[in-house]
Amino acid sequence: MTEPVIDVRGITKAFGGLLASDDITLDLRPGEIHALIGPNGAGKSTLIAQIAGALRPDQGQIWLNGQDVTALDTPARARRGLGRTFQISSLAMDYTVLQNAMIGALGRRGDVMRFLRPVMRDASLREAAETALDQVGLSEFRALRTADLSHGQRRQLELAVALTLTPRAFVMDEPMAGLGAEGSKRLITFLSELRARTPILLVEHDMDAVFALADRISVLVGGRIIATGPVAEIRANEEVRRAYLGQEDAQP
Amino acid sequence: MLNAALLLGLLAIPLWAWMVDEPFTITLVTRAVILAIAGVGLNVALGLGGLVSLGHAAFFGLGGYAMGILAYHAQTYIPLIEMPVLIEGTKSMPVIWLVAILVSALAALAIGALSLRTTGVYFIMITLAFGQMFYYFAISWPAYGGEDGLSIYVRNGMAGLNTMDPLTFFAICYALLLLVLFIVSRLAASPFGLMLGAARQNPARVEAVGQGPYRLYLTAFVISGAITGLAGALFADLNRFVSPVMLSWQTSGEIMVFVILGGVGRVFGPVAGAALFIALEHWLGGLSEYWHIYLGAILLGVVLFARGGIYGLIAGRGVAHD
Repeated sequence: MTEPVIDVRGITKAFGGLLASDDITLDLRPGEIHALIGPNGAGKSTLIAQIAGALRPDQGQIWLNGQDVTALDTPARARRGLGRTFQISSLAMDYTVLQNAMIGALGRRGDVMRFLRPVMRDASLREAAETALDQVGLSEFRALRTADLSHGQRRQLELAVALTLTPRAFVMDEPMAGLGAEGSKRLITFLSELRARTPILLVEHDMDAVFALADRISVLVGGRIIATGPVAEIRANEEVRRAYLGQEDAQP
Repeated sequence: MLNAALLLGLLAIPLWAWMVDEPFTITLVTRAVILAIAGVGLNVALGLGGLVSLGHAAFFGLGGYAMGILAYHAQTYIPLIEMPVLIEGTKSMPVIWLVAILVSALAALAIGALSLRTTGVYFIMITLAFGQMFYYFAISWPAYGGEDGLSIYVRNGMAGLNTMDPLTFFAICYALLLLVLFIVSRLAASPFGLMLGAARQNPARVEAVGQGPYRLYLTAFVISGAITGLAGALFADLNRFVSPVMLSWQTSGEIMVFVILGGVGRVFGPVAGAALFIALEHWLGGLSEYWHIYLGAILLGVVLFARGGIYGLIAGRGVAHD
């Protein structure tokens, strides 16, 4: 079996008496979309924060591309190829759409400590930024102020910024949220193609999207992974249906 | 357009004053130009980086004392340091500027490195505390005048220019303002400027693209302190006097008022702010001793109704275009 891109090895995180992550083991392999599902409060955000580097686990390790990154902070993990999109859009709201994409391209190239030459005339950065905007379908809005974008467009921009990083792995926190039917459909097509280049760890509430996209699904309940497996297996899993799918529309 | 009009106005008034022989007006505009440099400096931290520093008087005053101390040693012929190497005072402006920039940059590095571990109100309070530390140190240190300050009899010199001539000294300050504006506008449009602005708006975004906000903030703080230090050296030279007042928190507040009046984050904003401040001080000060009341009212109006300052009011709330 090929080596996993993201390898979460037995991480535990407690907040006071609350065990938010309880010995979680999870991996993301090349070429796949691995969906992480679970009811609200299951500890998905805590897990994502630990993978991205915003939180340090109490126990266990996180490996990225065969390297132990547990002790590294968020920027260091991003530089090692972790591309993240946020649940709540995290963009520079006063900047234009293009400028936001440029932030990603510049961060990726790394030569931030340049003080005198105009960044917006940097052809290679601009090309990277515009390619990403093109891929998510935001090209025509590039001169718009980000604060003036619709919610759905911000989600797209969030994705575009992550794309400019050309990461080795994506961690996407509810990219479908608030997209609408048309937008979701387009994004599903896009992510489905993207996985061949870059595997995706996908946290998503939209079950249709999860079933359409995921190669594997892990179910997180009360800080524990109660099941991991291919879509069909998870759908058939009794424990999962009781704990999670049963509460919502789980008709196959 | 607006920038050019502003700069031309600042140039035209002293020329007119020179023709009708009104040296006081030239000095007044020179004051505005120097304070504008200080404001442009603070704006690098406050406007571009979102760092609300209430301690920039420390850099302004350090620049002033760099000038004062060097010139004092030169005019009394007492060496600054004899051991291990002999360092004498100097009356050369360029040397004084370099020392002022260097000293305030180093101070900004130290203050910034510590202060930037905090954010928000704590950052404001800790920069204020550092500023006051310098203030009380200057008051209690008798070697350079203590509370009374330090007078320098003759303005420092520069390559054959008669710097005592108001118009010549104005020209020097004006040229430095242009240079600083050029550098800061390049800075704002540079890769560093783009990422710094992103860190101001959303530090998490910067981290997610693999960069550390702290490094960006600290660099901005040092550049900001250095520019404000240069302004301090010029200000001391204008008055041929330096005192602890330059280090007081009221000075920090005044520099911040220029930035807010002019328009936070606009490269030319503090120039408009400083010019307006000096004009108000001059005219309102003639009307009443308590002119600060009117200044306060205007400032309140700007903060409540024109968040972008004068610049935002006139130029509109545009996005920084490429």
